[in-house]
Amino acid sequence: MSATITETLIAVENCSKAFPLPDGKGEFTVLRDVNVEVNRGEVVALLGRSGSGKSTLLRIMAGLIPASNGTIVSNGVPLHGPNPDVGMVFQSFALLPWLTVIENVELGLEARGVGRTERTKRALRAIDLVGLDGFESAYPKELSGGMKQRVGFARALVVEPKVLFLDEPFSALDVLTAENLRGEIDDLWNAGTFPAKSILIVTHNIEEAVFLADRVIVLGTNPGRVRGQVIIDLVRPHRRNDERFKVLVEYLYTVMTNPGADVTAGPSVAVSGAVEPNAAAKISPYARALPHVRVGTISGLLELIVETGESSLELAHLSERLALPMDDLLAILDAAVLLEFATVADGNVTITEFGSDYATTTILRSKDLFRQAVLAHAPIIATIARTLTEKVNKTMRADFFLDILDEHYPADEAKRQFSTAVEWARYAELFEYDADEELLYIA
Amino acid sequence: MIQRMIPAPGSLRRPMGFGLADVAVILGALLLLALVARVGAGAFVAFVPPRNVPAISLDPRHLPYYAARSTLRMLIALAASFAFTFAYGYAAARNRYAERMLIPLLDILQSVPVLGFLSITVTGFIALFPGSLLGLEAASIFAIFTSQAWNMAFSFYQSLRTLPADLSEATAAYGLPIWQRFIRLEVPAGMIGLVWNAMMSFGGGWFFLAASEAISVLNAQYTLPGIGSYVAAAVTARDMPALGYAVLTMAVVIVALDQLFWRPVVAWTDKFRLEQSSAAEPPQSWMYDLIRQSRVAPMFGRLFTPLGDFATAALSSLGAIRVGRELSERTAQTVERLYNVLLALTVGVLVVVAVHFILTTVGLSEFGRVMWLGALTLTRVMVLLVFASLIWTPIGVAIGFNPRLARISQPVALFLASFPANFIFPFATLAFIRYHVSINYGSVLLMALGAQWYILFNSIAGASSIPTDLREMADDVGLRGRQRWRRLIIPGIFSSWVTGGITASGGAWNASIVSEVVTWGSSTLTATGLGSYIAAATTTGDWPRITLGVGMMSIYVVGVNRLLWRRLYGIAEKKYHL
Repeated sequence: MSATITETLIAVENCSKAFPLPDGKGEFTVLRDVNVEVNRGEVVALLGRSGSGKSTLLRIMAGLIPASNGTIVSNGVPLHGPNPDVGMVFQSFALLPWLTVIENVELGLEARGVGRTERTKRALRAIDLVGLDGFESAYPKELSGGMKQRVGFARALVVEPKVLFLDEPFSALDVLTAENLRGEIDDLWNAGTFPAKSILIVTHNIEEAVFLADRVIVLGTNPGRVRGQVIIDLVRPHRRNDERFKVLVEYLYTVMTNPGADVTAGPSVAVSGAVEPNAAAKISPYARALPHVRVGTISGLLELIVETGESSLELAHLSERLALPMDDLLAILDAAVLLEFATVADGNVTITEFGSDYATTTILRSKDLFRQAVLAHAPIIATIARTLTEKVNKTMRADFFLDILDEHYPADEAKRQFSTAVEWARYAELFEYDADEELLYIA
Repeated sequence: MIQRMIPAPGSLRRPMGFGLADVAVILGALLLLALVARVGAGAFVAFVPPRNVPAISLDPRHLPYYAARSTLRMLIALAASFAFTFAYGYAAARNRYAERMLIPLLDILQSVPVLGFLSITVTGFIALFPGSLLGLEAASIFAIFTSQAWNMAFSFYQSLRTLPADLSEATAAYGLPIWQRFIRLEVPAGMIGLVWNAMMSFGGGWFFLAASEAISVLNAQYTLPGIGSYVAAAVTARDMPALGYAVLTMAVVIVALDQLFWRPVVAWTDKFRLEQSSAAEPPQSWMYDLIRQSRVAPMFGRLFTPLGDFATAALSSLGAIRVGRELSERTAQTVERLYNVLLALTVGVLVVVAVHFILTTVGLSEFGRVMWLGALTLTRVMVLLVFASLIWTPIGVAIGFNPRLARISQPVALFLASFPANFIFPFATLAFIRYHVSINYGSVLLMALGAQWYILFNSIAGASSIPTDLREMADDVGLRGRQRWRRLIIPGIFSSWVTGGITASGGAWNASIVSEVVTWGSSTLTATGLGSYIAAATTTGDWPRITLGVGMMSIYVVGVNRLLWRRLYGIAEKKYHL
């Protein structure tokens, strides 16, 4: 769809969002200086890894949470409170289990005070549109996941929103169902009679972004910010076997695995492996976050790669072969790279010598290698272990470390960092944790 | 398991014509209306104490009427409890300043012995409706209300605090006005817990109904026509057969209400289950099925649709949820500090007033004596809990491990818990007199008559919730006898047992007021304890002593809750969570 005059439907101007840390220890910045626009007639994807604040950004644009700074302009008017110009589809469907399909779909209309007859007429049309004809009086619990999400789409489309907001709408569905529903939504959009003027989709699935979007906005982490955008210069519908499609997907993989790389409008420019400016600065060992991955998963992935017999594998390939969501795969790779078991460059993962040794040796020696790697590259664990060794009774209260972590992370994340550290340390036999007494100790 | 299939559009339209179900539903509705009109009229008769007091006839033919009067009281109290629950729970969950005051208050209200307040409420309500029975009626309803409302309000508050985030967000995203959010999301999400709580408290309410229908306050005897006062009259007249009839009637009423009212409601609330899949075993009710099969019920519903639409539209204009900017850090802190100071001041003033009142009227030595009496009653409650646990836990576990037995006996345990123990008191009193049992020990048995069932009921529930694979594992590794109890059963039922223990001890404290003083005809047995102290003060209308007694009991209950139950609860949550 090409519009001669761009009409901006929703604009985010210099937006930031920070959550206060517990006990007045300052703030945790989720989004910094974000500028995003959604124009009439386009499909925009917000692509980012977990922690990039993409869902937070979507919620700020939907008026569900207020921004700390900056303004949201929707349809020319500054936004205060829930955005009346959007209809939202949720990852978890968010259907009220005690209402039938049609009652769920009517929810938004009822809120706007639309009369009963008109409401029913429009709801039936929306249900028809998403292919749920005949299921009006079923309850959500009688439906499969895919059908539930169709209700989610109908509920969003029935209010004929200016912009349809999709918050990872396919990620709770199995692969085939997701593929099917994604295709149908794309067909509806391409047919030109779509009830919404634009679509904004939040996703961590690269292929999904390239398949659906005209423009992919790439978000970075720590803090969440816009790294740049990639124009998907393909004719709709986007075909997966198109060479350009593959080039775009590969380019985005490269960008996503290189947090420091510049994001340019398209993959014609080479990617430089620039280092983040603040990475070199001296920072607290506790600020270096651990990826939340179980030790077994890291070993599992390394073993799989070693078994292929190839020294280097394409990420897109790997994600597909393992049927593993990109987000999970990236988190595992983060851990492997952190511990120097593998390196990732240009959308390829290469296993190091150390990594292949780790993956193929005996359990006892692999524990040894893991301990070495953790002490060298996971500063949180190494510092805790050192603190414990220095104590006479080799014991510390967990609160002590949780308090320190609280200074660097929001409360939930601090707890997760702590439990990941404990899990890794237990495997490495560095220290133990007594959950009843909440004590860390060295046996 | 019955899995409802997805209905085809055609099957939704029922065949035209009247079914047997319709006849039953229409007749039932008419009968109910007529009954309510007939029974309700009795509340408006003249009442000018002490000359014009309603007499209770011991003729068993009047029992159905008395039972109906009592049931009507129970239902009105239930409705009032629901209204209170929605208002109180909502305010506490929505406003954090209200929350910090209302929730501790609820904690205290839950611990205050309801029966100790009867004297205050009866005199108050009689003054409110002079010359009419309505005052007594209201006092009795209020007593039942206070035994139900706090539990229910707390349950609703908790469900509001734990609303699923995605549903809450969806209602905000679609701009639901406050009223629609309330009826579409907040009430349904809390419904299952609320109805369950209401049903349990309703069962407990019979006890307070029986105690509040015939009481002596300020040296005057007040009687309200009802099944509770029938029992009281039978005791005075030493009429054993009449007592038997009353017990039988009570049993019939409890079973009938369970079948005709609670079962259908519980079956209906199953649709408010938050899981997106159906329950393994949805609750069944023949009554609910009957109403759903009839054409009349939905027709009746459609008749009210325009009215409902109008009400929704009107109430929706009350406003929408605002997503405002947060208060700045400094403003929030100032407000916080101001609020804390105000709260501390209020509490301080109240404590000073209470202490002053007690010291100037009864003196410090009386305070010490009442504390000692409290310790005696506390000992009774603890002995009761220990014995009830030793006896009923093994039985409950044996039942709970047998799914078929559990299905049959759980309703029986619930029935026994609902049955007002004070109906059995006269029989026990007679036995005490005949076999010369001191009421100082006998009162423990009386308190246990009501309270023990909560331990049994929760033991059954706890045991049946232990996963089968854990039990198989225990058999497989050869856990036997004490080891089996220590490693599997006690940890497995611990949190259920704590719930049962809290409920049982609350019930026992309340029961102490009526079980430390019992009568049969003209002979009265009085135990030494806080319960009999309050009962005596109530009879003579001695305000300072009522205040002191009730206050002391509240302190004991709150103290035991904080020092014992809360800790056990913490252990259950953290360590033995299945």
